[in-house]
Amino acid sequence: MRALAGLASRSLWNRRGTAALSVFSIAVSVALLLGVLHLRDDARRSFASTVSGADLVVGSRSSPVSLLLYTVFRIGDATGPVSMEIVERVARHPDVAWVLPLSLGDSHRGYRVLGTVPGYFEHWHYGRGHRLEFARGGPFADLYDAVIGAEVAERLGYRLGDPIVLAHGLGEVSFATHADKPFRIAGILARTGTPVDRTVHVSLEGLEAMHVDWHSGAPPPPGARTTAEDARRADLAPSRVTAFVVGMRSRGAVFMMQRALEDYRGEPLTAVIPGVALTELWQLLGAAEGALLAIAACVVVAGLLGMLSAILTSLGERRREMAILRSVGARPTDVFLLLVLEAGLLALAGAILGVGLMYGARAAAGPWLERRFGVAMELGGLTPYDLALLAGVVLAALLAGAWPARLAYRRALIDGLSIRL
Amino acid sequence: MTAPAAILLDSVRHGYEPGRPVLDVDHFSVATGERVFLAGPSGSGKSTLLGLVAGVLAPDAGHVEVLGTDLAGLRGADRDAFRGARIGVIFQMFNLLPYLSVLDNVLLPTRFSPARRARLPDPRAEAARLLTALGLGGEDLLGRGVGALSIGQQQRVAAARALLGRPALVIADEPTSSLDWDARAQFLELLLAECTSAGSTLLFVSHDRTLAPRFDRSVELGELNRARAAA
Repeated sequence: MRALAGLASRSLWNRRGTAALSVFSIAVSVALLLGVLHLRDDARRSFASTVSGADLVVGSRSSPVSLLLYTVFRIGDATGPVSMEIVERVARHPDVAWVLPLSLGDSHRGYRVLGTVPGYFEHWHYGRGHRLEFARGGPFADLYDAVIGAEVAERLGYRLGDPIVLAHGLGEVSFATHADKPFRIAGILARTGTPVDRTVHVSLEGLEAMHVDWHSGAPPPPGARTTAEDARRADLAPSRVTAFVVGMRSRGAVFMMQRALEDYRGEPLTAVIPGVALTELWQLLGAAEGALLAIAACVVVAGLLGMLSAILTSLGERRREMAILRSVGARPTDVFLLLVLEAGLLALAGAILGVGLMYGARAAAGPWLERRFGVAMELGGLTPYDLALLAGVVLAALLAGAWPARLAYRRALIDGLSIRL
Repeated sequence: MTAPAAILLDSVRHGYEPGRPVLDVDHFSVATGERVFLAGPSGSGKSTLLGLVAGVLAPDAGHVEVLGTDLAGLRGADRDAFRGARIGVIFQMFNLLPYLSVLDNVLLPTRFSPARRARLPDPRAEAARLLTALGLGGEDLLGRGVGALSIGQQQRVAAARALLGRPALVIADEPTSSLDWDARAQFLELLLAECTSAGSTLLFVSHDRTLAPRFDRSVELGELNRARAAA
């Protein structure tokens, strides 16, 4: 067997041009397959680490997944509002440690604006319980103060004290701006690798002041505007928010609180445990992931077929080689094994190169992915599942190699020592 | 013939399609140590005869005995092992694996035949000795690729491979027909000398009858093969 492996590798090296193409096509397919898997894991890890320490996310009656997506990941459309009354009632409950009301709906140059309370910077944790940290400045002190995420600051080149104008609605380009009430950047948060990086935070009262002269989502007619200074004197306590996040004093109380909120008769509410809603999200995404994986698997099959056709093409011109081997005592079985080994070696080289390609692509695309989608890459090693997949690719190549090998075997039996041109 | 037969064919028939034998030989034998010239144009059933003697093919009917062993009594893999251990083969051309060095080409039988490997205390030294004896001396040549060799040199490397480990039988299938006249005479000289010193029986097939006088005996395959006569 070792003699055959040596011959197979030298024979391949002799045909390294075509062999390299086979190896490369397998490598690309393997890189794609592993890339899809790792990207999925990255996305899950990234999502799972976006919020930690929050026991419940509460909004008006809607699907748990869309509530979670909107409030935590800041993806998708708003759910209905909840009253400030229920927020305050929950906050007063003895089992509740803290409550963070969240108000969404405005934007700044494509970045979402979140109205909240100063406690957000203390209780909103991410990853394994990391607190938000300020790279510069601090939480909002004035009504028109804003705290921006690291990406907002970096991409838009903002510094402390810069004025920004918020826009009504979530569009990238908005015609309804709050130009009359500009905000000032009071703090810039350190990078978290979560949607916080892409958020502009303002106080609930600031958000209220901005809309003080608006009615039913429409800007005031000219002449009926309230100036920024006049707005300071208005009643700025919000009556409604989009959702709120609850931290409980004990884990045990989470389910009771969840049930109480779901059963609350005052208004229709949905209370979700982030981890549970995430699991639901994975189930929803499972079909799409499955489709991606199926495509990647098909590309692997295509790569192996390419290798197969290269080996089959080479068989004709290698009949002499087989006759020479037979003449020195090689069995037809040896000829068979030689070709199977060849396929195995090609696939093995392809798999190794594919792993390299995948890591190279991840290292190259990682920063972009993180900026664009907030998916933090973790250049971890290969999982046992990856290794099993790679072994599966090599095994499939060995099986595929059995086809040309069987052809060569039969030819070796018929050709004998005669070399037909 | 007093010596025991190295090759013995008895009522042998073989074909690739049913009812159409390519080879039909009543009797053919080569004595041990004998150097036989077998004259046969292409299409005379020559390749089939050599395939049967080398144990690569099994006859449809009849008895093939090589070096005292009845090949019909061996399984396919055992015939391969038998060939690897006791027979050396030289082809007309393209004898060498392009991806192996000169030395590795000569040593190729030792990869497949433990028996032949066992007969060689130092395979490398023996390979070098054979190459030198065949006029391909020089250590620098051993590690070189075979692509740079002339056809005459390639044939000598093939002869060294066939003779490695002193096989009892050497089969040469038109080994000189791609060589020019000078190279042909020189190659034949060296091959015959090495076979004699190794004590190997030589079955040499060629269509070039001018070579025949240098052998112990000459046989016409056309007369031997009744399948051709009938066709």
